[in-house]
Amino acid sequence: MTSDTYKRPLPLSQPEWDYYWERTKQHELWLMRCDDCSRHYFYPRAICPNCFSRNTRWAQSSGKGTLHAFSIVHRGPTPAFADYVPYVACIVELEDGARFPSNLVEVEPDPANIKVGMPVEVVFDDVTEGVTLPKFRPAQ
Amino acid sequence: MNQFSKTVAIVGAAESDEIGVVPDKSPLQHHAEAAHNALADAGLSIKDVDGLFTAGYSTLALGEYIGVRPKYTDSTAVGGSSFVIHLAHAIAAINAGYCNVALVTHGEAGRSGRERSTAGLGGAGLAGPQFEAPYGIIGPPVSYSMACSRYMSQYGEDRTRQALAEIAVSTRKWALLNPKAYMKEPMSFDDYHNSRWIAWPFHLFDCCLVTDAGGAVVVTRADRARDLPKKPVYILGAAEHHDHSMISQMPDLTVTPAHSSGPRALEMAGLSHKDIDLTMIYDSFTYTVLITLESLDFCGPGEGPEFVANQRTAPGGDFALNTSGGGLSYTHPGMYGMFLTVEAVRQLRGECGERNVNPKIALVNGTGGVLSSTGTAVLAVD
Repeated sequence: MTSDTYKRPLPLSQPEWDYYWERTKQHELWLMRCDDCSRHYFYPRAICPNCFSRNTRWAQSSGKGTLHAFSIVHRGPTPAFADYVPYVACIVELEDGARFPSNLVEVEPDPANIKVGMPVEVVFDDVTEGVTLPKFRPAQ
Repeated sequence: MNQFSKTVAIVGAAESDEIGVVPDKSPLQHHAEAAHNALADAGLSIKDVDGLFTAGYSTLALGEYIGVRPKYTDSTAVGGSSFVIHLAHAIAAINAGYCNVALVTHGEAGRSGRERSTAGLGGAGLAGPQFEAPYGIIGPPVSYSMACSRYMSQYGEDRTRQALAEIAVSTRKWALLNPKAYMKEPMSFDDYHNSRWIAWPFHLFDCCLVTDAGGAVVVTRADRARDLPKKPVYILGAAEHHDHSMISQMPDLTVTPAHSSGPRALEMAGLSHKDIDLTMIYDSFTYTVLITLESLDFCGPGEGPEFVANQRTAPGGDFALNTSGGGLSYTHPGMYGMFLTVEAVRQLRGECGERNVNPKIALVNGTGGVLSSTGTAVLAVD
């Protein structure tokens, strides 16, 4: 799909986040890691949000984690989501340690099939020619 | 008790002229009408106002619109809790001598406004539009419902669901006693359970209204308040806290920042939970009430469902909660926090007719953003 026909919000180019989106286009999920407090974090920022250290670097994530929370959205928050509902909004707890907002895909949007705590893994959705969104599915 | 407890009082409180569906008025008109009405209630003039507080607009725009050129200005805007947080700031400003008469106003045309909210879509430099909006994690219903799913997994889905229903039904009962409430029809438990899904686990009746409304309060020194026409409503304690902006960054989806602002407001007041006669909790969603009761430590983590069981918070119950009918059934223009205080003031003065619970001490807790910020205030009459 081109960015002319894709209606939902897309990330806007930002200097400190361009690297992240360049990696997702390569179907890789990268977080940041602080080498002082030894924790991964998301979203990326140069100074660690846990200990305010500058001793931070990019670190590739395994893309595995568990479902921390979810919502099955029936009424889209904006008109752009009218043909996307029902969809599953979620927060994933990555095994690397960071919480990651995303969508749960490849599953019926029914609470009978989706459980907090279930193992999930990253998949990459090339939503436009320029943007790839990391999403999650039940672990295979 | 803190040295600044009971040094200032709310002397005027009011809504704008009409609330609910008001298609012909702008947000700033609601601010101005509410300010006019609150100053009349206080027996004060706009010329007396030397401190100006608001959220949603800059005080620059508000001051110009209503003709106030203040000596103290506070545009603290951290969501719907801001108008409770402004009370804490007014205590500080008045005691420091920066102002004598603080006017706090609110106004939104949430239902009829021509500029609908674009929350989550703008702000190119912010992380929310970058990392949550592409997934449809935009606005309160999606974020709060995710938080509720976490609570359900920790404490049990069925008992959580029952608690949400208890809160929706009891709040509607209070609304039926408030002539200004938007919702006029009773709600049964079946009505709750049968209402359509907005964002599972939220039904329609888990979600607040979207209305047009304004509100305002006037705050001044306690010694001056005693010379004004209405019974002073003293601010015994007030505190604020916030711990995230995006829902994915919330430290614990089942604990709000009230865990910090609540105890500090009570400590400042020198009071404990058993002293509270009326509790006004921002009910953006039924879930917000459930976890705020726990975060404020009225009950322990996961004990909310028993706390609200059997319509304990409804009219005639032994825990008076959200007696206006709340954001769920009375009014909710977008940032509802102001209306918690307006109702508490009226209850403490005994102006609420058949819904009056004759409180001496009330606790008000506003929540803003996506469970991001809270302001807690303890109010009292002699």
